[in-house]
Formats: sequence, C-alpha cells, structure tokens
Amino acid sequence: MRAALDDVGNPSSVHDFGQRARRLVDGVRQQIADALASAPLDVVFTSGGTEANNLVLFGAQAKRLIVSVVEHDSVLGAARASGRPFDLVPVDREGRIDLDELERTLAAGPERALVSIMFANNETGVVQPVAEIARRVRTAGALFHCDAVQAFGRLPLMPALFDADFVTLSAHKIGGPPGVGALVVRGDHALAPQLHGGGQERFRRAGTQNVPGIAGFGAALQDALISDDERERIAALRYQFEAGLSVAGGVVIGAGAERLPNTSAVAMPGVKSETQIIALDIDGIAVSAGAACSSGKVTRSHVLEAMKVPDALAESTIRISLGWSTQQDDVSRAIAAWTALRERTLSNRGRDAA
Amino acid sequence: MSTASNRPVYLDYQATTPVDPRVFDAMRPYFSEMFGNPHSVDHVYGREVEEAVEKAREQVAALIGAEAREIVFTSGATESNNLAIKGAARFLKDRRNHVVTVATEHKCVLESVSDLEREGISSTVLPVKPDGLLDLDVLKQALTDNTALLSVMAVNNEIGVIQPLAEIGAICREHGVLFHTDAAQGAGKIPLDVAEMNIDLMSFSGHKIYGPKGIGALYVRRRPRVRLEPLFSGGGQERGLRSGTLPAPLCIGLGAACVIAKEEMANEATRIDFQARRLSWALGVSLPVQLNGHPNQRIPGNLNYRFDGIDAGDLLEAVAADVAASTGSACTSAEVEPSYVLRALGLSDEQAASSIRFGLGRFTTDAEIDRAASALITAARRLQRDAAAAKAF
Repeated sequence: MRAALDDVGNPSSVHDFGQRARRLVDGVRQQIADALASAPLDVVFTSGGTEANNLVLFGAQAKRLIVSVVEHDSVLGAARASGRPFDLVPVDREGRIDLDELERTLAAGPERALVSIMFANNETGVVQPVAEIARRVRTAGALFHCDAVQAFGRLPLMPALFDADFVTLSAHKIGGPPGVGALVVRGDHALAPQLHGGGQERFRRAGTQNVPGIAGFGAALQDALISDDERERIAALRYQFEAGLSVAGGVVIGAGAERLPNTSAVAMPGVKSETQIIALDIDGIAVSAGAACSSGKVTRSHVLEAMKVPDALAESTIRISLGWSTQQDDVSRAIAAWTALRERTLSNRGRDAA
Repeated sequence: MSTASNRPVYLDYQATTPVDPRVFDAMRPYFSEMFGNPHSVDHVYGREVEEAVEKAREQVAALIGAEAREIVFTSGATESNNLAIKGAARFLKDRRNHVVTVATEHKCVLESVSDLEREGISSTVLPVKPDGLLDLDVLKQALTDNTALLSVMAVNNEIGVIQPLAEIGAICREHGVLFHTDAAQGAGKIPLDVAEMNIDLMSFSGHKIYGPKGIGALYVRRRPRVRLEPLFSGGGQERGLRSGTLPAPLCIGLGAACVIAKEEMANEATRIDFQARRLSWALGVSLPVQLNGHPNQRIPGNLNYRFDGIDAGDLLEAVAADVAASTGSACTSAEVEPSYVLRALGLSDEQAASSIRFGLGRFTTDAEIDRAASALITAARRLQRDAAAAKAF
C-alpha cells in the first residue's frame, strides 16, 4: 500500500505508470476471486460496503426484494429507497432468520426476487445459515445477495457462499484501509450501474479505482485468510470475557446462536449503555452501543428490537469487539472494570433506596 | 516520486497525480495508531479521528471560500458529480425537470444526465466554441423556467480551458437555476470562490490534486440551501447525504492536499507556466504543431497538441520509453474512438486522432521537459519521414 501511494498512475491509462497500477488492482481482484472461488471479472471494486450493498439492491435484475429485519441500515435503507416492493423476514429471539417465513415469502409472488441476508450481524455477531438460505433461494429461482462484511476474515466464507449470486465485502473490517469494498457478482448477472462515468469496472461502477486502498485490501486479505489459530485465540478470549460478565450479572444477547468469534453484545440490566460506555472509556476500554454509523444518534437498535429484546435490556446493551491486538490482559481489565461499575451502581442504588 | 531516470517522464498529471509526501505524512498515523472509526463517537479512538476528519473538512472548505458543514466527503469526483446532478435533479423533479450541461464535460457528467433522461428528466447538451469555451449567449437561450440545474466544469480535463465561471454563475442566479461545477481539474489550480462565482455545488477529486485516490468531496451550498436526494442509503453519515463509513485517512489526505494547494497555487502556476512554455517552444520550432483549445483561458499544466499527419498512438508508442502522456481522458484512453471533446471543438476524426495531451505538474522538472521534448521531436520527425516515404513509394 505504501508502495502504491508513492506510485503515480491511473489504472485506466495505457502508459507504463497506468499499467503498473492496473496490474496491482487486478492482482487484488484475483485474490478476492480466489477467496470466494469466483472469477476475477466478477469482482467490482467500490468505495465500501455501503456502496456495494446499494449497488446490488438498486442494480440487480429483480422485480421485488426480500431482506431480513436485522440487515445493516445500508441494505434496509436501499430496499426502502429502491422503489421496488420488498418484504421483511423476521428473526427468532436468538437473532436467527426464520427459514419457514423466508420460504413462504419466496413462494408468495411469481416475480423474480432478490433476497438479501447478511452472513453475520454487526451488532450481535449472530451468524445466519447462509448455505441453507442460498439453497432455498436458488430452488425458488430467486437471486441471493449476502452482505458478508462482518464475517469476512473472521469466519471462512467458503463453501457457505458457494451458491450466493452477490457478495459484499469491505476492507476496513479486516484490518485494511477504509474507503474500499467490493461487490462480487457471480456468473453473468446483469447489474445496472449506480455511478455513471468513465466505464471502469466493466461499466458496473464508474470512478478511478482507489489503487493504494485496493493494495491495502489485498495485503489485509493475505493476513485475514490465514488466521485459524488467531480465530481460536480470539474465540477463547471472548468465551472468558462472556463468562466473566455473566458471573457479574451480565446477559449475553444471542448466546444460543452461532456467532462471530470476536463480537459480543452484552447487557448490564439496570445500567444505561451510555453510562457503561463512558465509565469504560474512562478506564481506557473502547466499546460502543451498537453500530458505529449511528452511535452519534440515540436511536433504538432495530436489531435488538427484531430479536424482541425487552426495551429495558436493549437500553443497557453494549457491543464489544475483540481484534488481533486484543490480549488476555485487556479482557481481564474489561471484566474488572465492568464488574466494578456494576457493583458501584448497585450499591448506589441500594443507598438511594435506604 | 519525481520520475527516476530509468522510467519515462510522467506527463499525465490530468489522469492522476502522485501523492505529495507531505500529504502522505499527514495521513500515515491514521492508517495505524489512529485507526478509529470516525463515527464511533462513544470512545476516544473514534473521537480523535472524528476531530481530524472535521479539521480536514474545514481545510477543503477553505480552498473555495465555503464553510466546513457545506462539504460532503465522497469516494471521488465521479461520485460527487453523480450525487450533485442526480441528487439535485431528482429532488427538484416535481417543480423543474430539465437539466443543462456541455458537450465537453467529463463522461460521468454526461452519463448522469442521460441516466436522468431515462427517469423522465429532459436535458440539453450545449455545444462549445472552437476554442472550447461555452458561448454565454447560447447558454442564456438554453435556460428556461423549467431548468433545475446547469453543470459546467471549471477546467476541462482534456484541453485545460477554464470556463468563465463567474459569468455563468451570475446567469444561473438570474434564472433561478442551480449551478454545479465539476472542479476535479480546477480545484487547487485556479482560484475558486463559491460566493463570488455563485456556485451551488462543486465536485472535488483527491487524486488530481496530489491527494489520495478513493476520496473526493462535494460542496453543497447551505444559504440558500441546496437540497439533494442521496445516492446511497445506509447509516446516514454526512448529514444523510452520503452513507458509508468515512475513510478517515483519505479525508485527512484530501484536507492536507487542499492546504498545500491553497498556499502554493500561485507560485506553482508560475513555475509550471514557465515549463509549459519551454515545452511549447521546443515543439513549436521543430514541428508543425497546433495547440487545441483557447490559447490563454487555460491552466498552464495542460497542453493538448495536434501533430498533423502523425497518428498520436504511433507517436506515444515510439516515445514510450521516455514519455508517459496520453491521447485524452484516462477512462477511455484504451478505447480507439477519437476524443468526443476534440470532436466538439470541430476537429475532424483524423485531427483528433493526431492529438496528445501533455500534463505537467508539481514534480515536473526542467530536465524532464527537455528529455521529453527531444524524444518527441526525434520520433515525430522519423514518423513524418516514414509517412512521406510511404507516400512517395
């Protein structure tokens, strides 16, 4: 990436400088294709996951849309804005898609549908049975899009996504730079471009490619895809963390479902999430109340609502993500800080009551 | 950075520019230790990055006399142009459903306009004079009570001519028409002032002004407020106008690039003008070359020359070891079609096919100009001789 920033060259230029840039971009295109057992020409680079999700929901050739209630705002918002009829598929209390309801919705109309269901949820980490979803969608003659942004690099995407028609990926969730994403369009599905212009990305996404960003994506990909040991290490830390919090009275959201190894949504009943975040921030622990996109505003999480988490519990839920830089010490510190906060709050409350 | 002697001289600064080392230094920490998501304002990792992004927003605004909150970050000028044109036209569609643009605009502007046609918004594409400039009388006739938006680029990417923005802005204001300018090639190269020029929407690109690729911006006037329909739905970032996580290091890079451009614009233009004259003089005394576009209303770093009787592709191939230039817009330079911009000036297919764009920039040296000129002259003379010999035979 460093090298690509130093290099001049627009990948569409035919001279030496441009062709070096193009080779670099095409190398990463190949890497992404390999990761999904797809062809390099299937990879459309975008400015990130949001753009990729919008591109497929607006651009895929389908008459109606079917999306789950727990999708990222970029999928739900695009479905609403696309002007096409759309149906929402509910989830159970653990956050898993209701497969029977999906099947009913698929059967409800004769027109071809695009089904968009995420691999793993960004707020709870709950993993969907995407292989099974893809199978049912295919049987119904519909198209399947999977937003795999959160799962990418944390779980193997293949063979689960072998039958997905469209897959969204993002670089900055796997340790790559922000500002780069990709939509993988398997096979020859038509896709109406949403950004018009110079005809880059085989006329599916105009705009000069973010060459150093794409180089960074490639570098991150190399690291992201060899991390079986790392995945186990993080899963072990997460287990410790959740066990520690449960002992202190915490409630893990979606605990009964398969989840990403690094993500925890935990509620501390009776303590507002804002209070927890501020207290933990003071202790040097960075967590958030939900999706980062919306953490500036105080709105209710549509994901927790869909899981029928009671309001009181939802308001006291925080999201914790562990990463490659997280160590045993950090986890112990977080448990201690959280336990202390809870004890403090409870004893204050006890005093108030007395 | 400046091209090493074993590589050809880079004369394609309109296609893309290298990242200025000072820009790189400003970005570097935000790739590693300051990695927070600027939207994660719940904690210090996010907040420190948010602050830096907001500073960058001020820096971009300062370049064009705007306020920070009038700047929306995007993935590049293509997205900015799509957002400005489609966003404004779609928002106003029930009141005014006509847009006007110019034949020599960048492809993404023309494509956005034709995309709107499919949605039932009509358009007029204005011709230009043989010097590449817009005829203001023609413009006045094209604007009607039904016109929502005019889009005219500040500086043309192929021939470097500067459109009379202040005059165009005044005409738009008079007609109640929104004025969008694609300033990808103009920002940081010529003084731009959104108040003075009555500009309502302005597109920026990072990688044309020594900033990174993958970032751009759109200026959206607040007083009177310009309303847009967003292109992407999602987390509602950028005041709902542009969803998606902001690439903080790239935003910071664009800010840094704007600061440098503002400070050095005048001196840089003088230096590049001197080098451009050096190249023009060398080519002019040795070869029958013609400059495409207006001779003075132009930025100095873009010279589009016609080598009559010589195929531009052959010439570029002959000098490939010494000169990296192009026959026109990078997006389409792999296509064999003659440039639609040059055709709009009234050039024949053959004349357009014998034209080459030379882009000079911040890191161009006098020695590079001399090396490029001598390679071009030698190769062009040889091609001329071969052509004459073929004819005689």
